[in-house]
Amino acid sequence: MINKKLVSSFILISSAALPILSIAAEDIVLSAPNLHIRTLAASCAACHGSNGNALAGNAILAGMDKNYFTAQMLAFKNGDKPATVMHRHAKGLQVDEINQLAEYFSAQEPTLATSPKTQKLQANHD
Amino acid sequence: MTKSKPDKAKQNSIDNSRRDFIKTAGITSLLISSYPFISGCAANSQKPTIGRVIVIGGGYAGATAAKYIRMWSANSIDVVVIEKSSQFVSCPLSNLVLGGSKSINDLTFGYDLLQKNHGVQWVNDEVTAIDVATKKVTMKRGEISYDRLIIAPGVDFVYDTLPNLRSTAAQEKIPHAWKAGWQTVSLRKQLESMPNGGSFVMSIPKEPYRCPPGPYERACQVASYFKKHKPNSKVIVLDANPEITSKKGLFTKVFAEEYAGIIDYRPNNVVLEVDIANKIIKTDFETVSADVMNIIPPQRAGKPAQMAGLNNIDKRWCEVDFLTYESKLAPNIHVIGDSVSAALPKSAHMATSQARVCASAIVELMQHRTPDPSPVFANTCYSYVDDKQAMHVANVYRYDATKKIMRSAEGGGVSLKPSELEGHYAGAWATNIWSDVLT
Repeated sequence: MINKKLVSSFILISSAALPILSIAAEDIVLSAPNLHIRTLAASCAACHGSNGNALAGNAILAGMDKNYFTAQMLAFKNGDKPATVMHRHAKGLQVDEINQLAEYFSAQEPTLATSPKTQKLQANHD
Repeated sequence: MTKSKPDKAKQNSIDNSRRDFIKTAGITSLLISSYPFISGCAANSQKPTIGRVIVIGGGYAGATAAKYIRMWSANSIDVVVIEKSSQFVSCPLSNLVLGGSKSINDLTFGYDLLQKNHGVQWVNDEVTAIDVATKKVTMKRGEISYDRLIIAPGVDFVYDTLPNLRSTAAQEKIPHAWKAGWQTVSLRKQLESMPNGGSFVMSIPKEPYRCPPGPYERACQVASYFKKHKPNSKVIVLDANPEITSKKGLFTKVFAEEYAGIIDYRPNNVVLEVDIANKIIKTDFETVSADVMNIIPPQRAGKPAQMAGLNNIDKRWCEVDFLTYESKLAPNIHVIGDSVSAALPKSAHMATSQARVCASAIVELMQHRTPDPSPVFANTCYSYVDDKQAMHVANVYRYDATKKIMRSAEGGGVSLKPSELEGHYAGAWATNIWSDVLT
């Protein structure tokens, strides 16, 4: 599902009269830096869920206060905050990217993520 | 690996009538709707679309690309996934089935939410040919045209040096279990039936192969099971590589400390011959007898990538442009995941990261715009050393515009030691990536 807030924060609608749901892709305008941050942010999903909506007790980044996000990430980056794995990611990012990720995640609407249901492995599977 | 087949006669009659219908309908969207399992919004939507992307393969890479193209195009691009299996079975965590702390049914999911939530169209079929010139994919039961094609087939196994392991019958005796499914279950059953004091012998192919730390995690999982239930048994690891290929220091320590007297690691050992009946493995140095054997074969890009002739690197892997994942050989065809030739680990997280760069690029290219010129993404890979403790390797990768490759950024590395806390995070990783990929 398209997160309306995400859409409205990154889409410029060519005609103001167009309702959100009838947006065609030609109307979507994403500037290069936002494309960059959107893809980078999405690679956090393995641990923090789609658009930052994490499950299993991991930090929910969607809607997180941007100053808090930046402070945490810089503390990981500088080694001031102990971590199992987050210092590896924070050190690999540029400060500018951390600031833009903070903006990006703070603009995401928190929604309840779902887990796919487990199934019994079917006989005809490999 | 006993499989009960569905009602074959009934299935064939459906297939035949469908095939006839497809012949008449030609290559249009009608063809897609002739598949009864298709859900999605293409049929009922008045919305303008800017083209069709076909994704071959519904694994971590393909499913992710399908979802993110729909999301990032505001549903303006039709996406059709062609997948031969009707279920998603996760390779990550499947070694825990061998250790006994997970069941294969904990790792098996349907594609229903991905289809329903994002209007991804789905064809449960197998690709038989790809026509690069006419932009057409042929399946067992029909054909379909594309504007852009994503090939995400995972790996194919190479049996050139061990031809007697190619058959299904041979793999029932000696499962590779390197794609999660019934072979994983079969290998677990063999371990359960093995007497205390027996030998489990596994082999690792030369790099590159799917999931670099996976074989060493597997050795730990089997050793963990033996330590608790069959303490006189051995895990013999025949590694074709000169040393442990991933998390080397950590695995070396775990082998020596946690599994001293159980895991016997032997590097530089290429398997030359397997005697299936007598359970004997010959390498260039030695002859090893086994009670349970697990030969992980060498690998190459999956079959659909070979059909399109895209495996140009060592005749195994596909060369791509890392800004778009478009093949260097064929326009409008993108390759993502394990089939890509890159100095990047062939992991599930990596497959999803590549998928999102590719998805973003395709959304831009189909609107005649420029993709992100400097992609950056993360990879986190956990390995469980027993039923509770795990350890990571994690890196950020950044595009190097001069060399036109993805390079690891500063700060990457591995855990200091395995821990239960990281075991918890590894479980959370799986929960979140499954949610992202499949819902």
